Amino acid sequence: MTKLINGTTRRGALKTLAGAAAGATALPLWARYAQASSSEPIKIGFQQHSTGIGAAYGRWYGRTTDAAVKLINEGGGINGRMIELIAEDDGTDPKRGAEVVEKFATQHNCDVGFGTLFSHVVIGSSPRAGELKLPYFVVSEGHHVASGMLNRYTLQPGITDVKSQVQAMAPYVSENLGKKVTMIFPDFAFGHDHRDFFSAAIEAQGGEVLEKIAIPPTETSFTKYFPQIPRETEVLYHVMVGPAVLTFVKELGEFFGPSSPAIFGFIDSLEAVDIASPGLEFLEGTYFWEGNPRYAQADQTEHDKFFRAAVGVDDNGASVSDPTDVSTYAHMFGCWETLHIIKAGMEASGYQGTGDRAKLIEAVEAMTDMPESQAHPQGAKVFNGKTHQVFGHQYISRVEEGKLVRVHTTSIEDTLYPDEVDYTTQPL
Amino acid sequence: MSASARIIALHLGLLVLLFALQFILPAYHHGNLARIMVLATYAVGYNILFGYTGLLSLGHALFFAAGMYGMGLTIQHMGFTPAPALIVGILAGALVSGALALLALRTVGVSFMIVTLMFAQAGYLTVLYFGEYTRGDEGFVIQQAQRILWGIDLSDATNRYFAAWALFSVSFIVSLWLVRSPFGRTLVAIRENEERVRMLGYDTYRHKLAAMVISGTISAAAGAFYGLLFGYAGASFASVQYSIFPLLWVLLGGAGTVLGPFVGTLFMFYLIDLSSGVTSAYLLIAGLALVLLTLFAPQGLVGEIRRRIWKDLP
Repeated sequence: MTKLINGTTRRGALKTLAGAAAGATALPLWARYAQASSSEPIKIGFQQHSTGIGAAYGRWYGRTTDAAVKLINEGGGINGRMIELIAEDDGTDPKRGAEVVEKFATQHNCDVGFGTLFSHVVIGSSPRAGELKLPYFVVSEGHHVASGMLNRYTLQPGITDVKSQVQAMAPYVSENLGKKVTMIFPDFAFGHDHRDFFSAAIEAQGGEVLEKIAIPPTETSFTKYFPQIPRETEVLYHVMVGPAVLTFVKELGEFFGPSSPAIFGFIDSLEAVDIASPGLEFLEGTYFWEGNPRYAQADQTEHDKFFRAAVGVDDNGASVSDPTDVSTYAHMFGCWETLHIIKAGMEASGYQGTGDRAKLIEAVEAMTDMPESQAHPQGAKVFNGKTHQVFGHQYISRVEEGKLVRVHTTSIEDTLYPDEVDYTTQPL
Repeated sequence: MSASARIIALHLGLLVLLFALQFILPAYHHGNLARIMVLATYAVGYNILFGYTGLLSLGHALFFAAGMYGMGLTIQHMGFTPAPALIVGILAGALVSGALALLALRTVGVSFMIVTLMFAQAGYLTVLYFGEYTRGDEGFVIQQAQRILWGIDLSDATNRYFAAWALFSVSFIVSLWLVRSPFGRTLVAIRENEERVRMLGYDTYRHKLAAMVISGTISAAAGAFYGLLFGYAGASFASVQYSIFPLLWVLLGGAGTVLGPFVGTLFMFYLIDLSSGVTSAYLLIAGLALVLLTLFAPQGLVGEIRRRIWKDLP
């Protein structure tokens, strides 16, 4: 359930609706028809990475979205209206992404756009969403929303951003793994975010980054970079995205052998990859950030259990119908939670049609606390209406016998940082 | 009506039609056509080098990106307004294409393709390398307030359409004039038989150099306008994929025809757009269409019209 501030409540919204219904009887015939048309489905445009580099994520974002839509529709839909999902492949390409957003707004006449993951697609698409005044709910974990780069029509209420994730790791790393860190990251924007945000966060904890090793994105072999790792390194922080990660882990294992520093990484590299894959044995005993624990934990919540069953994921984070089809569990909950927020926002604002898009934005901006629930199975969250970014718990897991076992849960406070933008000052 | 007048009437007719469509098209297709006209400008630039001069470049994304980043970075970091930023973008394209021409024109055939490809890849990696300024693969947004050209808000759908139309019209007319001029005819002669042209006393190197600079500059203008009209500059536009696109558009529409780049871009855009609404395997449909066209219309759509119906179509 979602708590609202600024005087917008569900009861208030219902009163508005009742008033509007009473007023409608006094309207001319054409205007009454406009009211009656609200029994049409709510159209949600799903910008899906079905092809391109994001295809593995796109597949699981699709399954999660389908499950959430099914659940919401079975429960009566949004304001009594069913959700109609309109999925379009953006090819994980920013140009096509912008075209898809245009398609949602001007061809399909969607109420909202939703579901984009890769940052470059979000950044390429968001200007068009803003110009077309299409509420654009991204599930990206990029810092682009909260950085102020985008616009008032772009929101990220269902998944935390990389800045908060990275910064929240520093206390645990410095207290439990070591204070002298060497970072290995891909030499593009995602890697630079890790470099900059983690460096600042570990220094704030009294630690230091000894070396920052940037790997060119076209690199396929990594052994030649490893001699740059200083001997006094206590923690090796890695984030490698893309298929090269398997080679990276294998070569890292060959380089260090049995005596390596503590190793901490982001699971982004290994989403949709089985941790027990041959060649990944070296990961045993290493630590990972997880947005949501892939393996069902001993203290699994009823909400996680429900979410897993609804999407069709087993206790190992793989598809129930194909154990080799590993999910993108650390991220895909964001689709589920975002759809529930769209529902809550539309119900709170008394959303009737595309003319009410501005009211929907204001209703979501007014949200704050999001307690852990069936709608928020990953955990409790706090939404910042000014920055359009949600904040929530982060998880650190250790690889034990080929499985990820959660060893730490951060507080939400660990993830907070000062506002960098106030989107509410922009016109709607 | 003379043959020349008919040709001019046909080409100007397309521009008049595109102008008129602004007032008729529904919003979705209106937006698409604005995008297609900018991309077709890119294809027009590509066609001058490939279609008329016979030089197959695999590195035109470098020029498109030079225009996009020349425009975008000056707005983002130097506070330029759109007009001077566009000029910087176009000049960047001219400069980069001139520099690459000096190196790449020392080679021919497959070597030329490889050299252009490698330089374009170096350009792509340069965008990533200077991520502090370019935001690398993520790219950056050119905000609405930064996109007001002489008081005209280019984020507005109508203004965007007319800006795209103006850009396309200029490149289209330049292309038509160029290929009908003695210079353009010399380019075609170089494409057909460079040795003979040289034997006739022409400096083919200078002609090819000029063709590459004109081609690169038009491509850069398309890149600069694309970034400005759609509010985004990103490294994906510098990737190899965006060197292949204009080749495909030109091949589909008809290499060495003035109308071909527009027709090819339009065809490809809607082929992807419509087939993606039918199946997730839309790239397969696009690929199949390409194979069929290659088999049954090897000179492209407009090329086939020229072959079968209108033999003096430029």
